[in-house]
Amino acid sequence: MTTPAARVRAPNWLAGDRVRRWGLPTAVIALIVSYPLWAINDPFRAFFVDRLGMDMDTVFQMAVYVMLALGLNIVVGYAGLLDLGYVAFFALGAYTLGWFGSALFSGQNIHFLDVGNTAIPGFHLSFWVVVPLAGLICAIAGIIIGWPTLRLRGDYLAIVTLGFGEIIPDVFRNGDSIFGHNLTNGVRGVTQLDRPGFGQTVNDATGGFLPDRYSSLPNELKPWFYTILFMCLVTIFVNLRLRDSKMGRAWIAVREDEIAASAMGVPLMRTKLWAYAIGGVFGGLAGSIYGSFINGIFPTSFSFQISVIVLVMVIVGGMGNVWGVIVGASLISWLNFAGLGKIGSLLNDTIPGTAHDVDVTKYKFGIFGIMLILMMLFRPEGIIPSARRKAEFQEGEGQAVLYDAQN
Amino acid sequence: VATAESAARPVTTRRLPPPSQLILWFFGAVLVIGVATWLIKQAVESPSRFVEVTLIGITNGSIYAVVALGYTLVYGIIELINFAHGDNFMIGSFETVSIVTDGSFQLPLYPTTFVLAIPLGTTAVAASSASQRAYTIAMALFFSMLLCMIINVSIERIGYKPLRNQPRLAPLITAIGFSFLLQNIGLIWKGASPQPVPDLFPKGDIISTHGVTYEWGSFIVIAITVPLLMVLTWLVRSTKAGKAMRATAQDQDASAMMGINVDRTISFTFALGGALAGAAGAIYALSIGNTKFDVGFRLGLFAFTAAVLGGIGNLTGAVLGGVVLGLIQAYNEGFFDARWTTTIVFGTLILILVFRPSGLLGEQTPEGQ
Repeated sequence: MTTPAARVRAPNWLAGDRVRRWGLPTAVIALIVSYPLWAINDPFRAFFVDRLGMDMDTVFQMAVYVMLALGLNIVVGYAGLLDLGYVAFFALGAYTLGWFGSALFSGQNIHFLDVGNTAIPGFHLSFWVVVPLAGLICAIAGIIIGWPTLRLRGDYLAIVTLGFGEIIPDVFRNGDSIFGHNLTNGVRGVTQLDRPGFGQTVNDATGGFLPDRYSSLPNELKPWFYTILFMCLVTIFVNLRLRDSKMGRAWIAVREDEIAASAMGVPLMRTKLWAYAIGGVFGGLAGSIYGSFINGIFPTSFSFQISVIVLVMVIVGGMGNVWGVIVGASLISWLNFAGLGKIGSLLNDTIPGTAHDVDVTKYKFGIFGIMLILMMLFRPEGIIPSARRKAEFQEGEGQAVLYDAQN
Repeated sequence: VATAESAARPVTTRRLPPPSQLILWFFGAVLVIGVATWLIKQAVESPSRFVEVTLIGITNGSIYAVVALGYTLVYGIIELINFAHGDNFMIGSFETVSIVTDGSFQLPLYPTTFVLAIPLGTTAVAASSASQRAYTIAMALFFSMLLCMIINVSIERIGYKPLRNQPRLAPLITAIGFSFLLQNIGLIWKGASPQPVPDLFPKGDIISTHGVTYEWGSFIVIAITVPLLMVLTWLVRSTKAGKAMRATAQDQDASAMMGINVDRTISFTFALGGALAGAAGAIYALSIGNTKFDVGFRLGLFAFTAAVLGGIGNLTGAVLGGVVLGLIQAYNEGFFDARWTTTIVFGTLILILVFRPSGLLGEQTPEGQ
């Protein structure tokens, strides 16, 4: 029987070996950063794009989900607040871009550092202004939502956040006539969104390195990829730094034992509110760039399923562990966007004859459901668990009920 | 954990609540008075319509009540939000579709659509004879309840029982997993399009006076749900199994020491909850006239809201909450705007949790203060 402190300590192979500690992450990051340079060209194209379906479009969406999962990791993984309505922040971020970067308010014609055509009506802030603005709006929304609700515990919090996750898309859906004003264009959604870009001046000054305006042509998605990659790296950095900060330790204390944390002087409400608001910020950031990439925001695309899928990513990867969450998010989003279809066609090709062909994507939610159940039954701490979280899950095993004669 | 919580519960003293609490209560009071005034205004302007909308609300509310009871039973005994309950309800409504349109009891086995189909000769349409229709309705109720009971007990055995000593998050996530799985089974079983169900209830109005009509269809919904609720009350209040349930809900360890088989009692609770979900599914399919693979999610959440509204773990509360929620929905759709139903229902849920987490009648579990 090891003591909890011994279990929390980092495994041995991380402690001394410098090559392993820095070599592996560096190699992985180098491979990911150079992904558009090698993977989508011959000879790797046949495997990565044709076999795995990881073209630039899919990779971009995977990166968006990695960001979402890292944001939710702060709320669920660090602070232990079960949030079933995370999609609300994703939607709010996307609609922030809709408000400040499209022709939605066609009565206005306001442009600010915008790289698009200045003749187009509507509010048009520079994309680089809209993204932090989306983060800010989501932080404020997180505080407004969290203030009355975060005092609730466990299941009640889950159900309240779920309620908000349903209310916010519903408000966007009905937002085409709020007191006679069209704020969201309702079910028709907001289309023709502004794309990021650096403007002609910067483009010329850097010799065409930084694009004037991002293109949505399939062969010109590299700038998008590097933008989301940069945002992901920022998210990872913030996640890691927050985890080791005073706030991060307070979150973990609240997660492990609220009463004990409170007794030690951790302000419960403020600590939880920070987790909720910061988690919301990353949802908003991801939402704004996703809306721009998809070039259309529809209230129907922000369903409960997204909240759950992002939660699945965090849980499957390993709650509270940044690397685990990244692996989980990449894996699940790949399965979601391309993997299941590719696995299905691989199976159908391998088994001779067309009589047994199955459409695997039809079973998508069943597969995710079974995955969740099996994960919880056999490895509740996730693929790459944080040592601390694992110890928490194992703690329960020793506390078998009193009357059970087996112990 | 339970002991730590009860120890931390503050001793009741007569003291003015803090200002933030007072402000919240002020807004709550303003809201309640505003809604009440609006309702009275509607009632004075068109009394007959108001009565009709109220009747619709009670009819729909009784379906919510039956589903809400399933949530509240399970929550009361193991403090778990059984997310799969709403989708179990959907499976029940699909079984009713099979009974009514195919005339056979079908067992949905994943991933094939079904392998077992027992023909019962229950196919019925609106024009069938009264006895045939009654037989079909009875069979639909029975087999939907049976199927949902089996599913609910299996879910508990497979997914929740092994996780009883794990953190509370673990069974909640398996519940979401089962919800996804059941929804997918429904999709594979009947497809993505809405499944029409012929109207088997007798036609015509029971009462038609002063512009108020009350149809047989609405009456039958009540006529099925009220006996169900009475049987449930009898089971929980007056039988040995019900006594064991109440004891287990209070303290699992202590009831085990008193010789109660905790595992069997929990299974029994899930069986009851499943039967209620099946019954609600059958009533829903027969009275609404169609069902779809994703109805369970929304209706399940609404019913859970009803359970929280009445006070979770409280059986009378679940029924009251269901009826109140049905009324809220009916008044909103009758006098305001049907598009806002989701927002208003979940808004109600959030307001209830903020102002009175113990619900209208008070909860009977140690959680959520």
